[in-house]
Amino acid sequence: MTTTALDTLDRLESEAIHIFREVAGEFDRPVILFSGGKDSTLLLHLAIKAFWPAPVPFPLLHVDTGHNFDEVIRFRDKVVAENGLRLEVAKVQDYIDDGRLAERPDGTRNPLQTVPLLDAITNHKFDAVFGGGRRDEERARAKERIFSLRNSFGQWEPRRQRPELWNLYNGRHRPGEHVRVFPLSNWTELDVWHYIAREGIELPSIYYAHQREVYLRDGMWLAEGPWGGPRENESLVEKTVRYRTVGDGSCTGAVESDAADIETVIAEVAASRLTERGATRADDRLSEAAMEDRKREGYF
Amino acid sequence: MSDLLRLATAGSVDDGKSTLVGRLLYDTKSVLADTLDAVHRASADRGLTTPDLSLLVDGLRSEREQGITIDVAYRYFATPKRSFVLADTPGHVQYTRNTVTGASTAQLGVLLVDARKGVIEQTRRHAAVLALLGVPRLVLAVNKIDLVDYDEVTFSRIAKEFTAHATALGYPEDAVVEIPVSALAGDNVVEHSERTPWYDGPTLLEHLETVPVDADPHDAPFRFPVQYVIRPRTAEHPDYRGYAGQVAAGTVRVGDEVAVLPDGLRSTVTGIDTADGPLEEAASGQSVTLLLEHDLDISRGDLIAAAAVPPKVTDEFDATVCWLSEKALTPGARVLVKHGTRTVQAIVTELRTRFDEQKLGSTDAPDSLTLNEIGQVALRTAEPIPVDDYTKSRRTGAFLVIDAADGSTLAAGLVGAPLPELDGVESCTDGGDAAEPDSHALVSPGP
Ligand SMILES: Nc1nc2c(ncn2[C@@H]2O[C@H](COP(=O)(O)OP(=O)(O)OP(=O)(O)O)[C@@H](O)[C@H]2O)c(=O)[nH]1
Ligand SMILES: [Mg+2]
Repeated sequence: MTTTALDTLDRLESEAIHIFREVAGEFDRPVILFSGGKDSTLLLHLAIKAFWPAPVPFPLLHVDTGHNFDEVIRFRDKVVAENGLRLEVAKVQDYIDDGRLAERPDGTRNPLQTVPLLDAITNHKFDAVFGGGRRDEERARAKERIFSLRNSFGQWEPRRQRPELWNLYNGRHRPGEHVRVFPLSNWTELDVWHYIAREGIELPSIYYAHQREVYLRDGMWLAEGPWGGPRENESLVEKTVRYRTVGDGSCTGAVESDAADIETVIAEVAASRLTERGATRADDRLSEAAMEDRKREGYF
Repeated sequence: MSDLLRLATAGSVDDGKSTLVGRLLYDTKSVLADTLDAVHRASADRGLTTPDLSLLVDGLRSEREQGITIDVAYRYFATPKRSFVLADTPGHVQYTRNTVTGASTAQLGVLLVDARKGVIEQTRRHAAVLALLGVPRLVLAVNKIDLVDYDEVTFSRIAKEFTAHATALGYPEDAVVEIPVSALAGDNVVEHSERTPWYDGPTLLEHLETVPVDADPHDAPFRFPVQYVIRPRTAEHPDYRGYAGQVAAGTVRVGDEVAVLPDGLRSTVTGIDTADGPLEEAASGQSVTLLLEHDLDISRGDLIAAAAVPPKVTDEFDATVCWLSEKALTPGARVLVKHGTRTVQAIVTELRTRFDEQKLGSTDAPDSLTLNEIGQVALRTAEPIPVDDYTKSRRTGAFLVIDAADGSTLAAGLVGAPLPELDGVESCTDGGDAAEPDSHALVSPGP
């Protein structure tokens, strides 16, 4: 290879690898949040590259809402096994079963992930927690640092963020505090897909077009699952759909799509007039500041 | 031509930075329908008849409530000509640390002024911050030109006054471009305005698409802060020992002779590894793993550098700091210095000068440096560290000053004196028609 200017993907990859290595060098107990979704799969791919040929020096943590797509959980377990990784799972269901958390009236569990996440961080004494958040996802995320200090309650204090100068990250924190680290901060959704194509990264099949029985609620195509199904005035129809994001199945919508492979997905994302969250996440439609409020409480 | 430009906004509170960024995103069709709907709804809720485009970037609840920007928003957009990483920074003086954050990696600063107010204190402060951080190019956007009836004389007066200030800060004339705009109405942002027939320069977007991006100089001496030592100790790689890092400056090739600093040991590069296979050569910005010929004791914090042109290794050096903390800096302060991948204890042995970014002069031996002040200091570190001048390398000439007690970042540190020697350029405070400012070389561009 000669010294040509780095292209956008090279630059983003290099930045993410640099961030992983900084954390490995400065923290005692980092962990990667891993759900099996595309951003966390990308995160893991970059971590593997950062430490090659040595194994990734961190475990993975999945905060499991219990509202899963089977394909995603199977994929998660396969990736963990193939790479010889250690996976911790913090289950929202356990918290509901023993009464520490109550099911919400709307049935969605994304907001309920915060407490199991913070407990897992405390119990395992994790001091750096990698998340797949991207600044282009949402305008409150656009405000977050790559190293985001959380107080001992896991809260984000947007008005008190540290300056983040050059690429010198300050990960100092007091006992009980931890740092959320976002190596994908500067990636756009399209960058993610281009990179997945370039690297040939495998994803759960539901990111590509498939037949599925879905029902329409609040303008979103939802699938039936352990979280419930269509109400009286709603009915199941078979559609060709795919998922742009993968989360709590009760509030993550599918989009109608024929994009069955990576090239057609890229073309579709590039032409889309909706953001991935706007298209598929009911929880972000709750209010103007839904994401910010959840992050303040300690959410991803 | 480079395919990426990193830019940051700057300027006083309410000058229209966020609106301008919103306008750029909107007029380049970079805003998706659901986001736009949300802005329309929120604007209507506030009783506005036209959408308030600043809502596209002011993403925090308290920002929207107060109508100001508190922290940097990073936005990404692209045109067929280029991709842009845009940092919209706050104008309020209380949040200067966030402006510094946005500017530290920028290749171009878009400094706004309100055409009714012209160049004011905060304009001068931000121009100084951009110059100090080595942002190589500026755009002066004379905004709210609609509120001065698109008046050419007003524009020219402000442009002239600003140019004098920028020149005094070391900007060559061709590094600064002035554009009359209305972020609110869209004049000269993406489309040429018919209401400024007297202006025949580029629109803001045209300028951003064509301005030369000062790329990393490939002939800079090689610098590589070691982040992590990779030792798999697996059956497949029992003896592998590689030094992981990102090339901070220059280029390295297999066979190059390198020095490992601060110790000064020498070795030869025998391999440049990546997960995608070995490379013959790696350049500034690439994350790689170096293999060396000798089995040396190298760990995180060491710097691998071109043996022929090593940086200075010293435990005493002069630096310029931009103080970002409410806790004032006084002589004798004990701090931590994070430089590259090494963090060392340090004492600020002397405050040499405090820079007056208004008069562009300086005060000798100040008692303290307080929030948002820029000054020159002398530092002594507990161990020698390898430093370059910030004007030579934005990456290896930069450091953080950290509070050892609570871990907070106290200051942006720059080795040497990136701002020109200044002794009061009166012309910049009184209308810009007086003394010819000295011309000073601007710092070289960094990554
Ligand atoms: N008439 C007119 N008003 C403008 C223009 N640009 C911005 N404004 C108004 O000026 C006010 C401040 O705009 P913002 O974009 O929030 O200013 P800002 O520079 O981002 O402010 P901070 O980020 O808090 O420093 C808003 O009410 C805008 O609508 C313009 O070109 N013409
Ligand atoms: Mg603003």
